[in-house]
Amino acid sequence: MRRAFLALAARDIRLAAGIGGGGGMAVFFFLTVVAIVPLGVGPDRPVLELLAPGMLWVGLLLASLLTLDRMFQADVEDGSFDLLSMGPLPLELVAVAKSLAHWVVTGLPLVVAAPVLGILLNLPPERMPLLVMAMLAGTPALSFIGAVGAALTVGIRRGGLLASLLVLPFYIPVLIFGVGAVEAAAGGFEGQAGMQAMLLLGAISLASFVIGPLGAAAALRANLR
Amino acid sequence: MSLTAAQRFHAYANPARFMALSDRLLTPLWAAALLTIAVGLWFALFNSPPDYQQGETVRIMYVHVPSAWLAMFGYSVMAFASAIALIFRHPLADVAAKSAAPIGAAFTFLALVTGSLWGKPMWGTWWEWDARMTSVLILLFLYLGYMALWAAIEDPVRAARAAAVLALAGAINIPVIRYSVVWWNTLHQPASVFRMDGPTIAPSMLLPLGLMAIGFTLLFLALHLVRMRAEIMRRRVRALRLARASSSEA
Amino acid sequence: MTTSDLRLHVSDLACIRGGRVVFEGISFEAGAGEALVLTGPNGAGKSSLLRQIAGLLDIEQGTIALTGGDPERGIAEQAHYAGHLDGLKPPMTVLETLRFWAAFLGGAAGGVETALEAMALAPLADLPAAYLSAGQKRRLSLARLAVSPRPLWLLDEPSVALDAASVARLRAFMAGHLAGGGIIVAATHLDLGLPVARELRLGREVAA
Repeated sequence: MRRAFLALAARDIRLAAGIGGGGGMAVFFFLTVVAIVPLGVGPDRPVLELLAPGMLWVGLLLASLLTLDRMFQADVEDGSFDLLSMGPLPLELVAVAKSLAHWVVTGLPLVVAAPVLGILLNLPPERMPLLVMAMLAGTPALSFIGAVGAALTVGIRRGGLLASLLVLPFYIPVLIFGVGAVEAAAGGFEGQAGMQAMLLLGAISLASFVIGPLGAAAALRANLR
Repeated sequence: MSLTAAQRFHAYANPARFMALSDRLLTPLWAAALLTIAVGLWFALFNSPPDYQQGETVRIMYVHVPSAWLAMFGYSVMAFASAIALIFRHPLADVAAKSAAPIGAAFTFLALVTGSLWGKPMWGTWWEWDARMTSVLILLFLYLGYMALWAAIEDPVRAARAAAVLALAGAINIPVIRYSVVWWNTLHQPASVFRMDGPTIAPSMLLPLGLMAIGFTLLFLALHLVRMRAEIMRRRVRALRLARASSSEA
Repeated sequence: MTTSDLRLHVSDLACIRGGRVVFEGISFEAGAGEALVLTGPNGAGKSSLLRQIAGLLDIEQGTIALTGGDPERGIAEQAHYAGHLDGLKPPMTVLETLRFWAAFLGGAAGGVETALEAMALAPLADLPAAYLSAGQKRRLSLARLAVSPRPLWLLDEPSVALDAASVARLRAFMAGHLAGGGIIVAATHLDLGLPVARELRLGREVAA
């Protein structure tokens, strides 16, 4: 069962990283969205510094939505999903493997790109480590919650847009605590509020790790049988 | 002698001829590029004066300015080749356009990074949303979008057509974007922005700058030829594999 | 496939899709080494029946059971399903595809080589699926059945897009499976030429 799990995760990562897989697309989108902000609000550096944590998190949320709809849809369309569901892995674990692969090819590169974009938005360098830590703690939740949305809209035309609408409200806590963790440091009392926000982010990720795949598997069963 | 201009033109489209010609050109091109850059670097690092205002950091200019120039040169090559590909259906043109993009993007990235390294000691910040930097960043986006489009379409013929249209749309748009950014920036931030044009350059600085610019251009051409050859070979491999898939049934 | 008392039981099965009764009251049995051929007009429910046995479609009424197999595993885990879709990823090569399914389905050692051999795919092993013709894709998707031994094969029009030589190979492949004590349920217009093939006709009148 472990072999099947690893094989599936590795296959999904390889496919997303290859030609037409759209692996780099999320980072590119993130870059574009963040770079457009100063063009909209003006190049005033204190203003940008103020907006930076929020804009980075909003950009990251939108970018991680972008590749969500392919998580199950691609396999359902070409028939591989039938075969996957007849394997030794329960659907819940199939969803875990696919969410993990989604995080590796989408969430992780976005976290790596965030500090570079922080420079563009004049985020002070001393807040970068905190930003990266908060994103590392929070991005797994985006993939695991997103899996439910992807599973709910599987087999629906224009499902990607619908999945985004369904999932975004569930991303709000991640956004709030993610920005909170970075903002708290600016206030100078990072010991308390920053740590609290960070722990909450981790808690959301852990909870979504359990609930997301259960929900996704239930949605897949309801949709496909 | 009896070849018309158009026939001569298409004769070079023959990949076999191109492969033979480029094979002979590559070694001298590499040698010239490396030599010019080496001499240019020697002048730039050891045999040119520090700036009276900027001190030694001005030496970043010798990498930064040629990179920025080649960032634009690369896009021009790409757009020109795309136009040829669309108008004349020249088989080498879309190979040339595709191969120019990653090199141009690399020089754009280099220009941004060196600019950022230069900006830190000069302005005290890694990044400033001034008109020129913003337009170079947008140029990088155009390159990345072009490359993403190539990567997204499996069939090279279809990909070439779509990418060429994108490259040309970008070529028309670049001046528009450029001026809108300049206008946008002066609206919000008047003269406080550091002027990258700098003071008029002294001849002692112009020599290394010129050498570096020529060296980088030669380097671009060498890299471009290498990438074009690689792309032609990749297409050959693809064609052979497709042929093998259909012939293995016999 | 050592179990020779393997038996597939289907009793009083019904299929309702979109409020329409596709079929009802289907009952049949098939034992080790037997092939059952499903025939009937379009829309008679041949594909639906196969998907129900594979556990890919809910059962409204009736039961499906497989006895004499591995009691630890459900029917879906003891069955191979080959439907209309090939389930191939264009960038993955023939060999990568078979290796993936061997790892995912839990294949035996040497299964990949057997699969390449059975469908004559060895010369194509390093080609991406994108380069294959429709018939070659079909063969690759059928070769998957050999990477991991499972006793029950559910085949939905397996010979579509195959040329005469490949159909002969498919026949030998299926005969080998039956000889090893497997069961095949196939929806096909192809004369399988198998010794123990029975026919189940779906449609207006139902006969087992």
